[in-house]
Amino acid sequence: MTKENKYICELLYQLADDNFIHSYRGSEWLGLAPHIEEDVAFSSINQDTMGHAAMYYQLLEQLGEGEINDISHNRSTDDFRNAILLEQVNGPGNYLEEPEYDWAFTVVRHLLFAIFKSIRLESLKQSSYEPLRHAAVKIHSEQYYHLMHWKTWFYQLMSSTEEAREKMEAAIDHVWGEFEGVISLGKYSDEISHLKLIATEEELRSEWLKRIDHLFSEVNFSIEGKPGMLSGNGRNGEHTDDLAEALAVLTEVYTSDKEAVAW
Amino acid sequence: MVELKKGSGGHMPEILNAEQKILHLLQSVTDPEMPFISIVELGMVEEVKVKDSRIFVRLLPTFSGCPALDMIKGDVVQKVKNEIIKLDDSLDIQVEFSFNPPWTTDRISKDGRAKLKRNGITPPPSSHREDGAWEMDCPYCDSAYVTMDNIFGPTACRSILYCNECNNPFEAMKPVANIHEKVDVKW
Repeated sequence: MTKENKYICELLYQLADDNFIHSYRGSEWLGLAPHIEEDVAFSSINQDTMGHAAMYYQLLEQLGEGEINDISHNRSTDDFRNAILLEQVNGPGNYLEEPEYDWAFTVVRHLLFAIFKSIRLESLKQSSYEPLRHAAVKIHSEQYYHLMHWKTWFYQLMSSTEEAREKMEAAIDHVWGEFEGVISLGKYSDEISHLKLIATEEELRSEWLKRIDHLFSEVNFSIEGKPGMLSGNGRNGEHTDDLAEALAVLTEVYTSDKEAVAW
Repeated sequence: MVELKKGSGGHMPEILNAEQKILHLLQSVTDPEMPFISIVELGMVEEVKVKDSRIFVRLLPTFSGCPALDMIKGDVVQKVKNEIIKLDDSLDIQVEFSFNPPWTTDRISKDGRAKLKRNGITPPPSSHREDGAWEMDCPYCDSAYVTMDNIFGPTACRSILYCNECNNPFEAMKPVANIHEKVDVKW
């Protein structure tokens, strides 16, 4: 593999794994969302997001990283490059037993990530790697609707009851403490940006902070300090047990009989 | 080169003939979630090429996570095999999805739009407004007095609306355009 391809793959794994695990956490809300229309909408968003992951995995397949189902289902936890924020559970309990999921956390995580995802796609549309440019154009046209959806929830809950506001502010604190892990391009950050595959971390961060500042000002909120990376940097393969647990569920069918999975 | 039976003249007309035949055949491949409209009318067929004993079909997915994609691909392969390859069994068929150019709703044909409307789905506007606003009239009574119930509908490409004039719920296809420029998001 050329050096250049190595860095392209590194970035593609970050993009693919972010969408993959984000879609999975979203899908765990199926049947549990606050109301029926939200169930429909959220499922559709998760389906799109898994499609975005598949597009990036397809680009990895084309670069000789293996067969797409293998790439997505047959890697060990420390090979994953997603941000830790996106692998974290939705709340206490699990899907089958007493899921006491946190809707405020979900709304905040999804919106703050959606805003970052837009910025990242705008940058990828100008990537030096042509296939990534095409993928970004396609994904951006779908993501537009996701952003709109989470903004609606955010404005409503931030200006709802006192309890809602408290929960939302606690969620923002939590997400803030991890968000640097989303912005990070990992240990090959310099190489990735030098190749002009994507903008630099600094550029991505400053654009994100600008948009977040605007968003918060609309709901009379402000936050001190910079976003953190409390649980580690997923871009370098550091992960929590939450990822291991999620991958075990996600890959259960695939690993039960690899011969049988011949779709 | 393709040698369809009874081909006359040089190779070029034969290839053209085969390609047209395949394109015609693809009119019978429908979206399983909207069986009244063909993938040609939806604007999903980007390329049909016959070269060196190979049929190559390039399709553009509507939404990237659409679960119907594999079924559509299977349907294309089967129909082409049944109809074309029986004329020449040395032909091989390859169907590929591609994101370049991206599928946009302005690719839906006039016939396709009419079919959507007849089936209670308002076709997307053929041009996209700068501010992203939609104008969606009721497919039953054409009233503009409608309410958006859910931007996300039964499939990735559809939304759910309600007509306040004739009191019918209806669906609309989400407009998908290329957002070329850096978008300053204001809602």
